[in-house]
Amino acid sequence: MKLIDILNHKQIIMTDLNKNIQALRDKKAVVEMGGGEKAIEKQVAMGKLTARERILSLLDPDSFHEYDMFVKHDGRDFGMDKKDFPGDGVVTGTGTIFGAPICIYAQDFTVAGGSLGLQHARKITKIMDHALKMKCPIIGINDSGGARIQEGVQALAGYGEIFYRNTISSGVIPQISLILGPCAGGAVYSPALTDFVFVVENISKMFITGPNVIKTVLGEDISMEDLGGARVHAEITGNAHFYAKSEQDCFDQIKRLVSYIPWNNTQKAKSIEPKEPSINLNINEVVPSDPKQPYDVRNVIKCIVDDSDFLEVQELWAANIVIGFGRMNGETTGFVANQPMVLAGVLDCDSSDKAARFIRFCDSFNIPIITLEDMPGYLPGVDQEHAGVIRHGAKVLYAYSEATVPKITVILRKAYGGGYIAMNSRHLGADFMFAWPSAEIAVMGPEGAANIIFKKDIMEAEDQEAMRQEKVKEYIEKFANPYVAAAKGFIDSVIEPKETRSLLLHALELSALKEEIRPAKKHGLPPF
Amino acid sequence: METENEEYVDFVVTARKYKTLLTNKYKNRPVWHKNKPGEVYSTLPGTIMEIAVKEGQEVKEGELLLIQEAMKMLNRILSPVTGVVKEFYVKEGDKIGKSHLMLKIEPK
Repeated sequence: MKLIDILNHKQIIMTDLNKNIQALRDKKAVVEMGGGEKAIEKQVAMGKLTARERILSLLDPDSFHEYDMFVKHDGRDFGMDKKDFPGDGVVTGTGTIFGAPICIYAQDFTVAGGSLGLQHARKITKIMDHALKMKCPIIGINDSGGARIQEGVQALAGYGEIFYRNTISSGVIPQISLILGPCAGGAVYSPALTDFVFVVENISKMFITGPNVIKTVLGEDISMEDLGGARVHAEITGNAHFYAKSEQDCFDQIKRLVSYIPWNNTQKAKSIEPKEPSINLNINEVVPSDPKQPYDVRNVIKCIVDDSDFLEVQELWAANIVIGFGRMNGETTGFVANQPMVLAGVLDCDSSDKAARFIRFCDSFNIPIITLEDMPGYLPGVDQEHAGVIRHGAKVLYAYSEATVPKITVILRKAYGGGYIAMNSRHLGADFMFAWPSAEIAVMGPEGAANIIFKKDIMEAEDQEAMRQEKVKEYIEKFANPYVAAAKGFIDSVIEPKETRSLLLHALELSALKEEIRPAKKHGLPPF
Repeated sequence: METENEEYVDFVVTARKYKTLLTNKYKNRPVWHKNKPGEVYSTLPGTIMEIAVKEGQEVKEGELLLIQEAMKMLNRILSPVTGVVKEFYVKEGDKIGKSHLMLKIEPK
């Protein structure tokens, strides 16, 4: 062969290759336009970003690699075979957040309303399988009109396959859901099965049956926002864990959360440079000595954690208990604290559910738990009893007892009755029990106890009220302190507030290699 | 904190009064009241399809009072007591919600 022919041949190959590359780029460009300009305009008009914009805003720059761009939908009936849905209404792939590997999917509302058909679901389950195999967190962005009705039972199959994977992955890899648009009917159950749900004001809508059905069946007129808007789920239902004012605000919250949690259940969260608390508060002065006076327990947490940096979870719902993440000596630590500022810090159905689920998350993902206790007991009321406060309250006992991560309690002030037992007492397996000198560890509040113990003395006294007061005082002096419990070894040491951080750091250091073996079982039966 | 002080209310738990804030959910909690025997409430939202008894009529416990369509089902609402039908608060075709008082029976 002559040299000139060889050169020409190479030229031909190059041209072909370039053509192929160009064709790929063209194909990708079509898919990347999603539902097209008009649909994107509509999306923007609703104040929403597109699916790909969302993924790119969330992940580290240039880290996103998209999967399954060319998947075609399965619809054959009702003229669906003639329609093309780019990417079948969902964008899936991998990337990183602060270097952590992440699997991610985002439903694309601009394509067929983000409706879920079998192939759409298969794209999601493929990336979920990938996340579970690679043991990295999965993030799902929900923005969908619901099941693709034309595909019938295939769409239902798709949902079921997603729920199954949510369940199998539970406690193995962290699962995060964003509700950035409608998420209605069966679709709501994927987020509900995941660990953290993020909602955004005016954008998130979540419900099983929408306003139209409610209007038809009940005649009740309610807007989507009032029925299942972001605020409703953040404050009333507890379905959401984080509430944001804008999508960007939401992405920032997620990045912060990801920085606090490990990639999977075999790892610890990445530690960062330790820092001393930065808040300008004297820990001796945060908690009023009068046990009836309120204060914000988050200020105690901020006096204890590195850099006074605390990421609160479910801030608006069941605010009578505070849960969230902080760092101790650079290591992620979970906090559970009664909040005397709200409902006096009682345990009730919602706060029990909130605490129990968080404790189980921490235990699943190797995060030590610090409990700060100041609670007067359980919330009295018919509504609580009938709502099953027994069953809900039992979840806290179960979660603490079951947890094998380091468990440390600091009793700040009140620890009465069932609440004393529930809030990670020694009896449920706490590794370290500290109490401040202001602690009152007793079977119930002094007034209640005195009324029962000294009933006869009070009844027989000439001045009953004076006698009652005297007996209450007597009870307070004798029992409303940490020393009765300390005398039995139920608490390990009575400490000064300013020693709290250093002793907690000591306790955490000491329990770094903690191992607790439990009897083998298929799974326990928590009082769901 | 100073400005929030105004919202703190007295809150009693086991005979002791605490100063605290209340949640909206707590403030809006349902108030319990005891149903009187003979008051028949709906247990599902739905439509009253047919009323089987008249006011003043005697009914036996377990006798059919009305049929309510709810959740795609024709539900037979039976009398919880033996007595006399006193008053109806619904008519055929009414769409009612859950826990709606449908009728009162004077127990015998």
